[in-house]
Amino acid sequence: MISVLALDPAWWQQTFLIKVPIGLLAVLLPAGTIVYLYLFKAVSFMQSRLGPMEAGPYGSMQLLAEVGKWLQKEDIFPTKADKFVFAAAPFVVLMSTFLLVVIIPAGPDAMFVNLDAGIYFAMAVSSVSVIGILMAGWASANKYSLLGGIRAAGQLIAYELPLILAVVGVVIQAGTMNMQGIVLAQAEGEILGWGGIGNPFILTQFIGFFIFMVAVQAELTQAPFDMPVAESELVTGYLTEYSGIRFLLFFIGEFASAGVFSAIAAVLFFGGWYIPGIDPANDIFNVIGPLILAGKMMVIAFLIFWFRFTFPRFREDQLQRLAWKFLIPLSLANIALTGVLKVVV
Amino acid sequence: MSQIPGILKGLKVTFRTMIKTLFPGGIKNPVPRPSEGALTVQYPHEKEAPPTRARGVIALHEGNCTACMLCARECPDWCIYIEGHKELAPPRRAGGQPRKVNALDRFDIDYSLCMFCGICVEVCPFDALFWTPEYEFSELRLADLLHDKERLSEWMHTVPDYEEYEAGSEQKQRKVPR
Repeated sequence: MISVLALDPAWWQQTFLIKVPIGLLAVLLPAGTIVYLYLFKAVSFMQSRLGPMEAGPYGSMQLLAEVGKWLQKEDIFPTKADKFVFAAAPFVVLMSTFLLVVIIPAGPDAMFVNLDAGIYFAMAVSSVSVIGILMAGWASANKYSLLGGIRAAGQLIAYELPLILAVVGVVIQAGTMNMQGIVLAQAEGEILGWGGIGNPFILTQFIGFFIFMVAVQAELTQAPFDMPVAESELVTGYLTEYSGIRFLLFFIGEFASAGVFSAIAAVLFFGGWYIPGIDPANDIFNVIGPLILAGKMMVIAFLIFWFRFTFPRFREDQLQRLAWKFLIPLSLANIALTGVLKVVV
Repeated sequence: MSQIPGILKGLKVTFRTMIKTLFPGGIKNPVPRPSEGALTVQYPHEKEAPPTRARGVIALHEGNCTACMLCARECPDWCIYIEGHKELAPPRRAGGQPRKVNALDRFDIDYSLCMFCGICVEVCPFDALFWTPEYEFSELRLADLLHDKERLSEWMHTVPDYEEYEAGSEQKQRKVPR
């Protein structure tokens, strides 16, 4: 892309003028779209109401109004809070989201870094948000926050396993951990000798996709897995003491991660930036790839929010039972089956 | 495993409600018109007509009030203030004595205290107090919620007529004094 424009920016120019703004855009734009389309509108329609209608046409500027409200609120620190940890926690959570964006391919060359073990890196940095949430819960010096933080840690660790094990099936089938490699394996794949639409892994890894989506739901602490912020028993868990801009950071982190995880699911199971009919080596994918990926991402994000708005919260023991007794054995069976089929077929 | 049909059913319910709200025209006319599909009303712009027997605000028909104080005494919040004096009215028949009537000097309801229990309306023996379905009487100042008898009488034109009794009812049809 840059070479097309006949520019040769220095590395710091590349970083600060191109990569940082695009990275911010890639995190904030999907997050804002998801919040407006799904959190504000889809949930309202599912409850037969209209949602925000006053700010901008059809309430589309509502999020800006909310952000403005949060920005002007006082940034309150509890007296006994561990000030530094309390202040740093939202940034740790947000950092894990930004690190996840780095490895998502939006076109043959349109990605920030092309790591050989891209999906491994993604699974690793997505766990960092647990530390941020635990920091928030501990530093608030509030028993409800602490309980929320510990619940979040227990839940996120429990669902980290099925998440990773679901990805392993895809990795086995693609034969690579590289995100581009996974996209190309789907683009160049064949279904029983017919290569018309490539081979999106949703067709063979549908169990993996199911496990991945359930685990993502829990990783994002979206209802029905929102025990850590269960407002009726824990106020809002680790978010209780946060206000103003630090709450906003947690909020952005939550919905940006929803977008990023949907994008990862789109890459792993739906062919990422590839659509059938165009040669995957074609340069046009650098332009339309991000749009295709965004479209697939929004469809998958809808699944997350559809589920969120439909079901009430799990009890803590039910939540742990689902992970350890159902999802993990199922994903192990899925891996075994994938491995056997990989060798046999 | 046994929960799966229930989970799918729940997803179907929310999805169908969303589609119904978004496309009230159904499959034949798939134009997104959520403001028609939604069951809610965008309140300040459009108003839902309250049912005729809704308890909005209490109206006073001054001519019927005899300052008997029953409402003020029954009011659990003591939010009705009545002052009156006796007056002599001309006799009904020529040559008779002048009648003594109670004239109303003050009849205030303090809506900042009122809890809309309706006991005053029930207890009034002379049909002077009525429920009206009007509900927009908020004020910027708390003191302005004290409605005097002129203000209370203004609500009178919003009082709906009594509903007709069932056919064959022995009760006499009541009428709202106008």
